[in-house]
Amino acid sequence: MIAGIFALMIAVLTFMALFVHMLIDGMPRLNWDFFTSFPSRRAESAGILSAWVGTTLVMLVTAVAAVPLGIGAGIYLEEYAPKNLFTEIIEINVTNLAGVPSIIYGLLALGLFVYQFSFGQSILSAGLALALLILPVVIVATREAIRAIPVSIREGAYALGATKWQTVSDHLLPYSSAGILTGIIIGLARAIGETAPIITIGALTFIAFLPPSPIKQDFPYISFEWLTAPFTVMPIQMFNWVSRPEEAFQLNAAAAGLVLVVMTLTMNGLAIYLRYRMRKNIKW
Amino acid sequence: MQNHTEQDAGGRIFKSEVKNLSFYYGEFNALKSINMVLHDKKITALIGPSGCGKSTFLRCFNRMHDLYSGNRYEGEIILYPDDVNILAHNVDPIEVRMRISMVFQKPNPFPKSIYENVAYGLRVRGIKQRAILDEKVESALRNSALWDEVKDRLHDLAFNLSGGQQQRLCIARALATDPEILLFDEPTSALDPIATASIEELITDLKSKVTILIVTHNMQQAARVSDYTAYMYLGELIEFNVTDTIFIKPKNKQTEDYITGRFG
Amino acid sequence: MLAIVAMLVKESIVFFQHVSLWEFLTDTQWTPLFDDAHYGILPLISGTVVSSVIALMVALPLGTIIAIYLSEFAPFSVREIAKPFLELLGGVPTVVYGYFALLFVTPLLQIIFPELPGFNLLSAGLVMGIMIIPYVSSMTEDAMRAVPMNLREGSYAMGATRFQTAIRVVMPAAFSGIAAAYILGISRAVGETMVVAIAAGMQPNLTWNPMEPAATITAYIVQVSLGDLPHGSIGYQTIFAAGLTLLLITLVFNIIGHVLRKRYREIY
Repeated sequence: MIAGIFALMIAVLTFMALFVHMLIDGMPRLNWDFFTSFPSRRAESAGILSAWVGTTLVMLVTAVAAVPLGIGAGIYLEEYAPKNLFTEIIEINVTNLAGVPSIIYGLLALGLFVYQFSFGQSILSAGLALALLILPVVIVATREAIRAIPVSIREGAYALGATKWQTVSDHLLPYSSAGILTGIIIGLARAIGETAPIITIGALTFIAFLPPSPIKQDFPYISFEWLTAPFTVMPIQMFNWVSRPEEAFQLNAAAAGLVLVVMTLTMNGLAIYLRYRMRKNIKW
Repeated sequence: MQNHTEQDAGGRIFKSEVKNLSFYYGEFNALKSINMVLHDKKITALIGPSGCGKSTFLRCFNRMHDLYSGNRYEGEIILYPDDVNILAHNVDPIEVRMRISMVFQKPNPFPKSIYENVAYGLRVRGIKQRAILDEKVESALRNSALWDEVKDRLHDLAFNLSGGQQQRLCIARALATDPEILLFDEPTSALDPIATASIEELITDLKSKVTILIVTHNMQQAARVSDYTAYMYLGELIEFNVTDTIFIKPKNKQTEDYITGRFG
Repeated sequence: MLAIVAMLVKESIVFFQHVSLWEFLTDTQWTPLFDDAHYGILPLISGTVVSSVIALMVALPLGTIIAIYLSEFAPFSVREIAKPFLELLGGVPTVVYGYFALLFVTPLLQIIFPELPGFNLLSAGLVMGIMIIPYVSSMTEDAMRAVPMNLREGSYAMGATRFQTAIRVVMPAAFSGIAAAYILGISRAVGETMVVAIAAGMQPNLTWNPMEPAATITAYIVQVSLGDLPHGSIGYQTIFAAGLTLLLITLVFNIIGHVLRKRYREIY
């Protein structure tokens, strides 16, 4: 009993120490300029503009790739796949993928996306690497959310003459959407903080420019040039500053860390809240 | 497909005829060569101890077993007047379910509004016009004696209804598509006595519109609502006759034992 | 998964055409980027093992104690707050933990051990341990909560205390789930990258002393990736060989976990 509270306290206090330490170091650096400036050789004028823009764009690619693929795979495995050796192998794979270190995904992306497909050390490669990383999270969340729907609802739909696809799209997907959304948010929160796979594909750490804008003045108004642009992301920027010996840069690291922690905590908190509400609302 | 009415010596019209129906869950033989008829616009009750196969039999009528692999039908269920064997391989189970609706043991409304629950079967059939949907939803709710209770809150979540109301909603949902046969799988087993009475009354009223097959674990219920009763045991149809005969003068010793409570 | 293995094997084959497997496994130096190149994986393994062992010495006991407390002792309100909190803790990016290890824990440890270098395995391992606690505790707790109430009631009815029930009845019944939690913890520790890359240094160093700086397999991959290595060079291939080694290690643990779960699954 006392040991339990004590152990819990260690975790809580460590986190408090981490947060307070970062707050003391980083807070003075957190001003508007920090968000609107590029990294610089002079710590005082350096900012995270290219990092947060890069993170946003990489997350966009990750979400666009992982969400439809993950939901699709989840539905397929749960509703369509015949129960045979092949699907069992896939299932074991999906569970095991969660235990593969993230840096391995970076190596895969380096070999596959960067060189094999010649996407280069780009936003596209990074987004796809992270998409692979969070794919199991989305798949598992989709399957669990669908599995939580009672058989009677499925049979009710079929009994009214619904086809398999109608049952999936009119019932299973809408009723599991909160659970799937929770999984997506948790996955993206994890992807935002991932550093190792992005380093592996060779993300530059000093980027003093923004990728080309996706919106153009003239026809066709949308451009995908940014996909192949070099980039940096928040955790890389932080890593870069942490590894500098000068103390001034370490203050920047603390500030970048604060932004990063607030981002991931907000997303995870949102997911926890969603799940809490879901448990309260749905009683089959 | 030819249209002809099949009837027995007394001139009673058949809605459906079951011929040598056997059913297998994998290796397990759950139904053994059943022969029986459903009389048009009558209520037929299936009774028997748990595990006798009465629900399995019921679920053959809307091909519910097709949803799970390893299940196998043998024999025929003929639907009149068009003489189609609904178990045939070339008959799409969805076609069958379009004509034969089902109400389940536990109320299973979708987590949607009352209106959308009832309209769902129509939407699946491609009906989009608001006027038709409104009309059908209203008449289905009237027929299931729910209209007066819910007409002011059609867009409330169906989950907010009471258990008995939910079950009547499920009946309305099944009725909205004008089915030829309505299947009930122990529809009152999850309800309290008052809700049960209202559902039974409703089922009796419905037989002017639709042929009904009902599984029940409650012999009094079978005696109260049904015109015909079939007693099943271990996957076999032991006796099938007019309800009064089954309950007053059963021909088979086994049926008599079950009816009089000496067994089961 | 297959793609991962295929990719790693493909690049590693090229590597092993240059370097014999024997040299890879027995050479005590890892200096692939020097003129006098040595390709012995042992220094990287030692760094990985030392940091992981420290982390697990922190994470497994603390994680288990927290799980027992939350599952068997804690009042409802504490559990409702502690569980989401631990989950949030698990969501903190690893690079932030790396920062914490290098700039907070190491200076703290230097007060106790003045000769401790700025980069060291001890601080990285400790922080990694804290980082892994939420994974271990939440999976362990899930496993323990899945044990049906009647098993506990049976134990109480015999006059056992809560503690005895937790240790003698619930934990054995939840063994497969707890084993899975531990295995996941081990995989995390072995595969963790940023904390060690930041706080333990990136110099391969064949040592079992946690007070020294040393590189892990993952830290080495980071170090190479930060530099500009041409595609197809031997240096480029080394990170795939290192990655393959890492994957094999985690795979072995995953398989052990799988077998344990199959073998000791108690049927309720």
